[in-house]
Amino acid sequence: MRPVGGSGLLHWAKYTAWYLFTASCAAVFAAPVVFMVVGSLKPDDRVLAEAGGWRAFVPGHASLQNYHDVFARVDFGLFFLNSAVIVGAIVAGGLVVNSLAGYAFARMRWRGRDALFAAVLALLIIPFEAIAVPLFYEVSLFGWRNTYVVQIAPFVANAFSIYLFYTFFLGMPRELEEAARMDGAGFFHTFFRIIVPNARPVFATVTILSFLMFWGSYLWPLLVTSGPAVRPLPVAVAEFKTLPPLKWGDILAFGVMMVAPALLIFVFFQRWFIRGVVSSGIKG
Amino acid sequence: MAAVELRHVEKRYANGTLAIGDVSLTIDDGELMVFVGPSGCGKSTLLRLMAGLEAVTGGEIVVGGRVVNDLPPQQRNIAMVFQNYALYPHMTVRGNIEFPLRMMKLPREEARRRLQHTAALLGLEPLLDARPRQLSGGQRQRVAMARALVRDPAVFLLDEPLSNLDAKLRGEIRAEILSLQRRTGTTMAYVTHDQVEAMTLGDRVAVLNGGVLQQVGTAQTLYAAPVNTFVAGFIGSPPMNLFHTTVQRDTHGVLYMAMGRHQVPMAAPHWPRLAAGAAVPVIAGLRPEALSCVDGDSRGPVIEVMVRSVENLGHEKLIIFLPPLEGGLDNTTPWTARCQPRVQVVPGVHTSLAVDTANVIFFDPADGRALADQWTS
Repeated sequence: MRPVGGSGLLHWAKYTAWYLFTASCAAVFAAPVVFMVVGSLKPDDRVLAEAGGWRAFVPGHASLQNYHDVFARVDFGLFFLNSAVIVGAIVAGGLVVNSLAGYAFARMRWRGRDALFAAVLALLIIPFEAIAVPLFYEVSLFGWRNTYVVQIAPFVANAFSIYLFYTFFLGMPRELEEAARMDGAGFFHTFFRIIVPNARPVFATVTILSFLMFWGSYLWPLLVTSGPAVRPLPVAVAEFKTLPPLKWGDILAFGVMMVAPALLIFVFFQRWFIRGVVSSGIKG
Repeated sequence: MAAVELRHVEKRYANGTLAIGDVSLTIDDGELMVFVGPSGCGKSTLLRLMAGLEAVTGGEIVVGGRVVNDLPPQQRNIAMVFQNYALYPHMTVRGNIEFPLRMMKLPREEARRRLQHTAALLGLEPLLDARPRQLSGGQRQRVAMARALVRDPAVFLLDEPLSNLDAKLRGEIRAEILSLQRRTGTTMAYVTHDQVEAMTLGDRVAVLNGGVLQQVGTAQTLYAAPVNTFVAGFIGSPPMNLFHTTVQRDTHGVLYMAMGRHQVPMAAPHWPRLAAGAAVPVIAGLRPEALSCVDGDSRGPVIEVMVRSVENLGHEKLIIFLPPLEGGLDNTTPWTARCQPRVQVVPGVHTSLAVDTANVIFFDPADGRALADQWTS
C-alpha cells in the first residue's frame, strides 16, 4: 500500500512523505529492541544515565561484560535449554496434532464434525487467564507440577493453529488428494507425502506464531514451576531482575539473549510466513 | 485390461438430490467410451463413482467381472486423469510418474523400466527433471496421462482432460489420446461436454442429461438415429432443427408434413400404416444438411425462407434463418441450413431451400421420444 498517481514534484513529495511516515513507524517499533541491544553492550552506570536521550541508541564503550555477568550470576544455559525443550515440544507436537486436526475438519466426513469444529472455534475467544486456575487444579491432580510435561501438554493442541490449518487445507485442490488415492496412497501417505509438502506456508506460519506465543509465556510457568530446574526464560528474567545487585546492563543482556531466537526464527521463516498468512485467508 | 459394467447405478446425495439415476451400460474390454452431456448432467459424477471417489447409493459397478462397490479407489486397478491434471507440485515429472509405482512397492528395476517405457511412450524423457510449474498445458496433460498409464491399469478414466487447453492443442492431444488408446488397448472412459470431442474420440458415446442415460451408440448412430429430442438437439453442430408440426396422409397415400404454408410431401416409407386423413401431431427434426440451397436443378420439395445471417466457413456456408412456421413458439428459434460455398446468399433477402425429406426424424410431442414405427410397417 503506497500513494499512487501524480507526477513530477508532487509525485516525489508524496513518496517522500510516505517513506518518512513508514520510516517513523518502523523507528517507533524498532526503538525498544535497539535500546535493549545497545544498552546490553554499555557499562551498567551509563545505561540509565543515557536512557533519556539519543545517546541511549548509540553504543559507547561497548563490551560483552554484561553478557559475561549474566552467565556468571545465573545458569542461563539451563533456562535457555528449558525454554527450548518446552517451546520445541509445543511447536513440533502442535504441527503434527493441529495439522491432522485441521485436515480432519477440512477434508474428512465424520459424525459430529461440525459441532466439534464450532467448539474448537469457541475456544478462540476464551482467554487463557480464565482457565488457568481450573487447569492448575487439574495438573496438580495429575502430579505434573514442576515438570516439563505440565508446560507442554496443555498447549500442544491449539484452536488458532487448527483454524489456520483448516482454512489452508480447505483452499487446497481436492484433486491432489484424490489423485494420490487413485495412485494407491492411503491416508497417512496422502497426508505426509502430498499434503504436508504443499502446505509449507501454513506450517511456517504456525511455527512462528506458536514459537512467539510460547517463547514469551510467563503466567503459566510461574504458576506451575517452583524452582530453576524446569523454569523457562521469561520467568527466569523476572527473577533475575530481583536478584541483587540490580544491574540494568545485565538485565538487557539477558533480554537480548532471550529475544534473539525469536528474531532468528522469524527471519528464517519470514518468506513462508507472509505467504502463509495470505493463503490462510487471514489478511495480515 | 477389463470391461466395466454399470448395473442400475444410482447416486443420491444426502440432501436428496439425484445425481445419477439408474444408469446401466457396459464398456467393453479395450473400448473407448465417451460420456457427454451438458454441465451438471452427472457425467463427472459417474466417472467418480467408477473410480471409487464417491460411493454409489444403488446398483453395482463391475470391473473385470468383480463388483467393486465397496473397494477403495486404490484397490480397483483404475487410473484417472483429472480436469486440472492434479500433478503433485512439489515433485518433478519423474517423481509424479514414479509415485504410483512407489505406492505399489514395485522392485526398483521394474519401476525404472516402467518409468522409462511410459516416458518414451508420451515423449516425456527430456522433461523428467522439470517441475509441473515449468511445463506447458500440453506437457502437464501428458505427465498426467503418464502417471495414470504407468500403473498399467485395467481401466483408464479421463475427466474433461482437454478443457484447459487451447483449440489447436486440444486437437493435437485428442489425436494423441486416441493413438495411445489404440496402441495400449486400454479400456477408457472419457468425459467431456464437447460433443465434437465425443464424436471424434469415442468407439461409442453415452449421452447423459439430468443424471439419466439418454442413449449409447456410435457417433453415426447418435447422429442419424437419436432416440429423443435431447440427443437430437445435443449431438451435431449446428444442432438439429426441431419443430412442432403435423403429418397427414392424403387419399393417394402421400404423406405430407406441414411447414407453415408449405405442405411438404414426404419420401417413402414413413409410417406406411398411417391411415389417410388423420393429422398426427409430431416434433420433426431436420439436420442442417437436410436443408440445402436450391441451385437450379434441385429435386424434392422447396421452401422459401428469409435469410437472417450467413456464416462462411470456407468449405461450406451456414445459412441462419427463422423457420417458415406460423404461430406458436417454434418460429422464434433460428434454423440452420448447410449450403455449398459457391452459393450466393445475402442476409435480409429470401432464398429457396430444398428439403431432403428422406432425412426427417419424427419425435413424439408428448415425451420427446423418437417415433419408433415411422420407418417400419
